[in-house]
Amino acid sequence: MPKRPIPEATPETAEFWAGARRGELRIQRCNACGKAYFFPRPFCPHCSSKDVGWFTASGRGRLYSYVINHRPAMGFQDYAPYVIAVVELEEGPRMMTNIIGVDPTPENLPIDLPVEVTWEQQDERITLPLFQPRTGAP
Amino acid sequence: MSAAVVGAAETDVVGVQPDKSAIQLHAEAALNALADAGLTKDDIDGVLCAGQSPVAVAEYLGIVPKFLDGTSVGGCSFMLHVRHAAAAIRAGLCTTALITHGQSGRSRVGESGWGGGRQTLSGQFEEPYGVAGPATRFTIPILRHMHEYGTTHEQLASVAVATRRWAELNPRAMMRDPLTIEDVLNSRVIAYPVHLLECCLVTDGGGALVVVSAERAKDFPKKPVYVLGTGESSEHSMISMMHDFTESRAFKVSGELAFAEAGISRADIDHAMFYDAFAHTPMFALEGLGFVGKGESGPFFEEMRTAPGGDFPLNTNGGGLSYTHTGMYGMFAIQESVRQLRGEAAAQLPNVRTSIAHGVGGMFHAAGTLILTNDERA
Repeated sequence: MPKRPIPEATPETAEFWAGARRGELRIQRCNACGKAYFFPRPFCPHCSSKDVGWFTASGRGRLYSYVINHRPAMGFQDYAPYVIAVVELEEGPRMMTNIIGVDPTPENLPIDLPVEVTWEQQDERITLPLFQPRTGAP
Repeated sequence: MSAAVVGAAETDVVGVQPDKSAIQLHAEAALNALADAGLTKDDIDGVLCAGQSPVAVAEYLGIVPKFLDGTSVGGCSFMLHVRHAAAAIRAGLCTTALITHGQSGRSRVGESGWGGGRQTLSGQFEEPYGVAGPATRFTIPILRHMHEYGTTHEQLASVAVATRRWAELNPRAMMRDPLTIEDVLNSRVIAYPVHLLECCLVTDGGGALVVVSAERAKDFPKKPVYVLGTGESSEHSMISMMHDFTESRAFKVSGELAFAEAGISRADIDHAMFYDAFAHTPMFALEGLGFVGKGESGPFFEEMRTAPGGDFPLNTNGGGLSYTHTGMYGMFAIQESVRQLRGEAAAQLPNVRTSIAHGVGGMFHAAGTLILTNDERA
């Protein structure tokens, strides 16, 4: 059974994946315009400033949109159907992920559902940020 | 108006062609378009294409180019090629441009592979989550649109139904059996909320265009189709980075450019081709290009206004949903606009003076828009 595709970090993304190994959702914020952003780049996509820094996001967000995939990708045969989602983090940026820890039905997955990050180790280098419904959320 | 389409043709067959490679489909379409224009390959001095390199296509056809454009931004690339050819001709870089498309999308003969590697942005931030082709990425915005505007499953299904009614009138269309909303909603779920019959076909085929200056347009056998307005834009390379999942910024920018250049209003458009990779893409086009307000496309389609007999004839070849979809379908949208403006379409409309062909590239990654006319005074 082939495994799911494992990412390989580049110099610009290494800190994100290093954080993921520690269970920290590391994203960047621009010190010039104040906006947080994702995916990792050594400058701000909003104002082009190079005065940017890494910080650990809260890991909380909401389910922005998704599909429930019934035709699994290679390596995902055991998971189907599974949720491919875009979550919007509390800090603003959005990212693709999977929603786990919930039966994948539309009823269980209302748009804007509060979610939180959970970590799934793939190998010694890569741990993936997945999301699950946030416990105790209103 | 600076440019005109004077040659346009598809491959002999669109559908299933395991006996032809991708580049051969480029060449077959090119030779058909040259014949349509009454030209030979030695008349061509500009080569533009996507999928294959223009270097390879020029070599394959035996053309010595003076202008090359390999802009490859997905299925709308050919809208951009027409725009770039018009600009190149205006600038004197070439006189007679050949734009080609060929794809062995179904049989995969002579096609390059999928995916870009584990270090690419998609390899790091999309593929680990089990995306499996366009059906799992292009479609993620749909639920957000449904949530914000009350768009329904029936409204999405009605796009496929309206499009099929046009395909029923086109003998070259792959899928011609009558279709109901129930048929669509009862078809297999591919990636909720998308059903099989809301997904485009996967086929083999090609198409080609010959573009010259408007001044020369009448020197050719067929009725000229003038390039009245053009636009292009891009937005993201990963769907998660789309600015607002209920609208395409690229569609809006490209559409505004095209209408501004054309100097006509939405009400002046007689015929429309909106790239339909999935049922929702024409909905996003109808809204993004300003034909209806935000969130209003669902009821518009449900009322069958785009079907035969409706007041907004759309995707009259049967579209990517029912006619053909090789992978980069935009070329076929342009071909149908040209046929309607020449009076050669299978489902020919009366009195077509203007047509809009709007393409999407990738998963809302890019856009290209052409406003075409057969009226030299426009």
